[in-house]
Amino acid sequence: METLWFILVALMLTAYVVLDGFDLGVGILSPWVAKTADERRLVQSTIGPVWDGNEVWLLAAGGALFFAFPLLYASSFSGFYLPLMMVLWLLMLRGIGVEIRAHVDDPVAWTLCDFVFSLASLLLAIFFGAAIGNVVRGVPLGPDGYFFEPLWTDFRVGPHPGILDWYTVLTGVLALVALAVHGAHYLAVKTEGEIQARSRRFAALGWIALVILTFLSLVASLSIRPGILDRFRTDPWGWIIPALVAASLAVMPIYRRRGRDREAFLASTGYLVGMLGGAAFALYPYLLPASTDPSLSLTVHNAKTGAYSLRVGLIWWGLGMVLAVGYFTFLYRSFRGKVSLQEEEGY
Amino acid sequence: MESALGIHRLHFAFTITYHYLFPQLTMGLAPLLVIFKSLALWKQDERYNKAARFWAKIFAINFFFGVITGVPMEFQFGTNWSKFAQYSGGVIATALAMEGVFAFFLESSFLGTFLFGERRFGQKIHWLSAFMVFLGSWISGFFIIVTDAWMQHPVGFEIGTNGTAQLSSFWALMLNEWAFWQYVHNMGGAVITGAFAMAATGAFYVLSGRQEEYGRLFLRAGVVVAAVASLAQLFPSGDRQGQLVTQYQPATLAAMEGLFNSEAGAGIVLVGQPDTDRQKLDNPIHVPGALSFLTYRHWESVVKGLNDFPRDQWPDNIALLYYSYHIMVGLGTLFILIAGTAALLLWRRKLYSSRWMLWILMLSFPFPYIANTAGWITAEVGRQPWVVYGLMRTANGFSSNVSSGNGLFTLLGFMGMYSLLSILFLLLLWRELMHGPDFLSEKG
Repeated sequence: METLWFILVALMLTAYVVLDGFDLGVGILSPWVAKTADERRLVQSTIGPVWDGNEVWLLAAGGALFFAFPLLYASSFSGFYLPLMMVLWLLMLRGIGVEIRAHVDDPVAWTLCDFVFSLASLLLAIFFGAAIGNVVRGVPLGPDGYFFEPLWTDFRVGPHPGILDWYTVLTGVLALVALAVHGAHYLAVKTEGEIQARSRRFAALGWIALVILTFLSLVASLSIRPGILDRFRTDPWGWIIPALVAASLAVMPIYRRRGRDREAFLASTGYLVGMLGGAAFALYPYLLPASTDPSLSLTVHNAKTGAYSLRVGLIWWGLGMVLAVGYFTFLYRSFRGKVSLQEEEGY
Repeated sequence: MESALGIHRLHFAFTITYHYLFPQLTMGLAPLLVIFKSLALWKQDERYNKAARFWAKIFAINFFFGVITGVPMEFQFGTNWSKFAQYSGGVIATALAMEGVFAFFLESSFLGTFLFGERRFGQKIHWLSAFMVFLGSWISGFFIIVTDAWMQHPVGFEIGTNGTAQLSSFWALMLNEWAFWQYVHNMGGAVITGAFAMAATGAFYVLSGRQEEYGRLFLRAGVVVAAVASLAQLFPSGDRQGQLVTQYQPATLAAMEGLFNSEAGAGIVLVGQPDTDRQKLDNPIHVPGALSFLTYRHWESVVKGLNDFPRDQWPDNIALLYYSYHIMVGLGTLFILIAGTAALLLWRRKLYSSRWMLWILMLSFPFPYIANTAGWITAEVGRQPWVVYGLMRTANGFSSNVSSGNGLFTLLGFMGMYSLLSILFLLLLWRELMHGPDFLSEKG
């Protein structure tokens, strides 16, 4: 039962990264792909009706995590106290950037809003990447299941690391590039003309960086946690996941050159799903490995909630997800197609 | 306040108090929006659509600020109150996670179609979107109340082998008697905020002689809804809440009323400042016997005073509890008076020309915010010294692994961030108020 919930929570987090990932990517890219005020407004309008809903997946995933593994939620949220608070501030600033922009008619304010929006999107992408890096690397858990990490210590991967060390900086940069490419594909789908051309050019450059960084992070992960391959030995079907990552990376440039942006977007989605799925697969049954003493690690078994809750949870969760997927399908179908400045509506 | 416990309490109290300024208006406006959209469909009158569009803009601004200040709340159980989260997650996380899947998705999806899709989808879908947004915001409120009600009056759980609370009955949690009345009372409070805001806006337009047609419409809707909601807030919901406190949190009741010694035929204090050191009230004005009657329905019943409870079960801030309770009740009474008089004038067709009443309505919009905030302070300070009543003390619930220095750092950060948010909020709201509903029609 707890394994099932591990998968469900991982799926929700993945849904968040895939969905909010492209609007973070749009935010990161907008200073480069949009040059004039009108272009920037157009770029923003590609995510206008959906960014808020995408962000809800973070909340829902966080709620599900708290529900299924209360000790993991309590331990990781307090241990990652500082970066989480900064993520909250960045989410606020990013939201302000979007909303204020829609409500004021002043070019100076627009420039400021766009800058805040882009900077917050960029930092969020790095933070999220570093967060995954921290989980894979392990944290200094004590016997009570708690820890506290300062922002950085000596940037080495040791038993008492900080939030940032060379490894988590690497995963942060990888996330930045991956989401930027994902966002570029999304923009290419949603726009035409000059912006589309620039997005495609960016996707081409980003792809090279992405391949290099993916390879580097793989080598780095193997060097700091050689054990991550064990899971693939016991469950060989897991090799599907790295295969998915490799295949996604391989088809991205092919689709892009043919101008099939929708398929390229699907490929970067596949890449993100593969990378996150790979991390989850390699971690299981660990939720949060201890860098101090492996026996102190939080696992799906010692962090889970009561059996009754988990059973009842399946019922309401299933019902809720059917509804949520219904709304999202409706929402995305309603706002499908290219954006243009003329048909804008809304208050 | 140098202790880590003090910082973490202040951290949560500050962020939640600020957050709730926004949802109380959105939850209160949502049913009014549905009413306008329904009237527009039913009477085929475009004015109601314009009114709905105007309030949708106000709603959207508030909703946005509610979301971005609400996200930190979802995080803070873990970041600042990890021991509490670990202890009670087996129960309350069910309610919080359900809020995520049942309310947040609903609200955010249909807010999109409500704000961006009127022309694209037509009036029927637009009505449906308004209704779904209303439903989502009220479902959201329900799950939060279920969570708080469990902290006030824990039911439907057992203590597991690892010493944490685990859900044993889903329906007992959802149908907690405390949650039901707290929900009714809380949503009533939100509707009062929404209705007074609408009436105040209407009064402003009529007094300033602009957009008078809409001003009158807002006054009509606001005053009628405010009158009904204010009455229902006193009885039954406020009355029933008081009885539950009497039954399950008797020490809290004594502190709320400033009652130090047990009394037969205890009176209700209207005015008076508690002096906790000398255990008395300064310059008290009583209504004799009223407290005994309201709590036990007999004028002569004995109401237990604080001295009949062990010291370590007294709420730790009796003066704040006493004042917040009295402010809530005092303002609640005032709302009945204001909204009742205005409704009477409306019925006699004199409201639009009674400038004195319009001034009162225009200036009274901040008071529901104060009353709602005071009500929540009453509930939460009244729960002390427990974080989960009778089960876990607040002093054992905070994140002991997060030092007070780190806590203060982020508290200051939030204070700075929320100062910025306040300025932006007022700026945006002022723009919309100056434009008014008619401005919109010219644009689209």
